[in-house]
Amino acid sequence: MTWETVIGLEVHAELSTKSKIFCGCSGEFGGEPNSRVCPVCAGFPGALPKLNRAVVEYAARVGLALGCTVAPRCKFDRKNYFYPDLPKAYQVSQLYLPICQGGRLEIEADGQKKSIGIREIHMEEDAGKLVHDADGTFMDFNRCGVPLIEIVTLPDFRSGGEVMAFLERLREILLYLGVCDCKMQEGSLRVDVNLSVCRPGEGLGVRTEMKNLNSFKAAGRAVEYERRRQIELLESGGAVVQETRRWDDDAGESFGMRSKENAQDYRYFPEPDLLPVELDEARLAGIRQSLPELAHQKRARYRRDYALSEAEAAVLTGHKRISDLFESVARLSGEPAEAARLITGEIMRLMNLTDTQPENLSVDAGKLSALVAFVSSGKINRGAYKETAEAVFLRGVDPETYIAEKGLLMLTDGGAVAEAVKAAVEDNPDAARDYLAGKDKAFGFLVGQAMKKLGGNGSPDMVREHLRKCLTNTPNR
Amino acid sequence: MRIDGALIAYLEDLSCLTLSEEEKTRLTGDLEKILGNMARLDGLDTENIPERSHPFDHVNAFREDEVRPSLDRALILKNAPGSGGEMFAAPKTVQ
Ligand SMILES: [Zn+2]
Repeated sequence: MTWETVIGLEVHAELSTKSKIFCGCSGEFGGEPNSRVCPVCAGFPGALPKLNRAVVEYAARVGLALGCTVAPRCKFDRKNYFYPDLPKAYQVSQLYLPICQGGRLEIEADGQKKSIGIREIHMEEDAGKLVHDADGTFMDFNRCGVPLIEIVTLPDFRSGGEVMAFLERLREILLYLGVCDCKMQEGSLRVDVNLSVCRPGEGLGVRTEMKNLNSFKAAGRAVEYERRRQIELLESGGAVVQETRRWDDDAGESFGMRSKENAQDYRYFPEPDLLPVELDEARLAGIRQSLPELAHQKRARYRRDYALSEAEAAVLTGHKRISDLFESVARLSGEPAEAARLITGEIMRLMNLTDTQPENLSVDAGKLSALVAFVSSGKINRGAYKETAEAVFLRGVDPETYIAEKGLLMLTDGGAVAEAVKAAVEDNPDAARDYLAGKDKAFGFLVGQAMKKLGGNGSPDMVREHLRKCLTNTPNR
Repeated sequence: MRIDGALIAYLEDLSCLTLSEEEKTRLTGDLEKILGNMARLDGLDTENIPERSHPFDHVNAFREDEVRPSLDRALILKNAPGSGGEMFAAPKTVQ
């Protein structure tokens, strides 16, 4: 008998606003420990929070992009708990009236299209960073009060593949909206997985929650591991315990975190220090209008306007930096097809080679478009194109100067080509005879010989044309 | 609501407090009185009154997204019960 896996996600995304959610401290990642702390985010008695307008707008943007209903009125609640990562002893969050509810995200996994439901999106504040050593626990409160949105999905996932596909699509949207940098290694995007297994048609099983998933791949692996663990447990007569588990990606397994005897009691209550938030239709319309073109909309446009293949459009829209670069090069060169070929080909290859992440891509669009002009007008050959692309990518050279200095311009001087072809035929009379005797291979050999004499810079078409002429005029035919 | 020993122990745990027997007795009486007073509100007819979380009618108290200087670290650490170097310090929270 088979098992069905039921998975829901909670995704925390740190918003890339300049300042924190309730105070003017910088919300940027890093900084000297406790250098971005003030009485508000350190929880000094009497210090009052004031809501950052941009946080509301960013959260609403995400909600609209995910097809959610943005609440005309929402408010904040206190989630009380004792742990030194939040000095106030409570986290300001939204339990009763979150800003967004009820959206959808279309994904494609294992060759199947599927729609994943979004239960809600709420705004909250991040907690500080703890360091434990033999002497005690040490706190850096720089991250306290950095704005977060938590995106909660419905339990619509059935496999790790679906989870990964969803996370890829979500990341794409957050990056296009410009609301989160999605750097998982810096904790800007964090994923918790809720998973249970059950027999089809029977009620839901007991679920566990997995934390510490620091990459999409880790999330996929953790799902497969947990699914198998629960099935094995149930099939051997055991029972799944509702608990939080920590995923160790190096070990490839998860560990139950010791749960307290008492279930968590957060004693939520309305946050008295903050006023409710109201978004009227006019404000929402303004935010809706400011939404940028999203990746899937771009893909459709590239296919329609530039006649690019689905694969090319997918690569170009995988990251906003890539699509921005493509659009600049396409516009500057006026050759969208060639620009797409350059970026999906050479630039992608060089990024892989140098392990360059899209967010760190800094290649100059003007220089790439100059290169595109060279290749589309047939002024350089394939080898020179690759070499120049590499020099532009790695060292930022100017393609025109580089091509001139290296002598990479294709020879289109008919006299020089004719001379080289003639010399090649004279040096290799056997090959010329073979060709005339019907051995086509000999033609390619002679082209190669002529190209060699031209230092590799001959236009292959021109060489072929001259060679054909030269051979047909050979007297011993 | 009945305040019994188990509830007092639960609240002690939640608030990270340790109470003496005398304090527990006093608190039991206090809580019963407080909750008894609150219970009087149950008698009110609130049928047509919208739920609200704030005594004022104001909404949307925003600040613009601008960075302002944080507090000097030495100053902010001085207010903490414990610190070590650049960090706030607390008794160890994990084994
Ligand atoms: Zn602050």
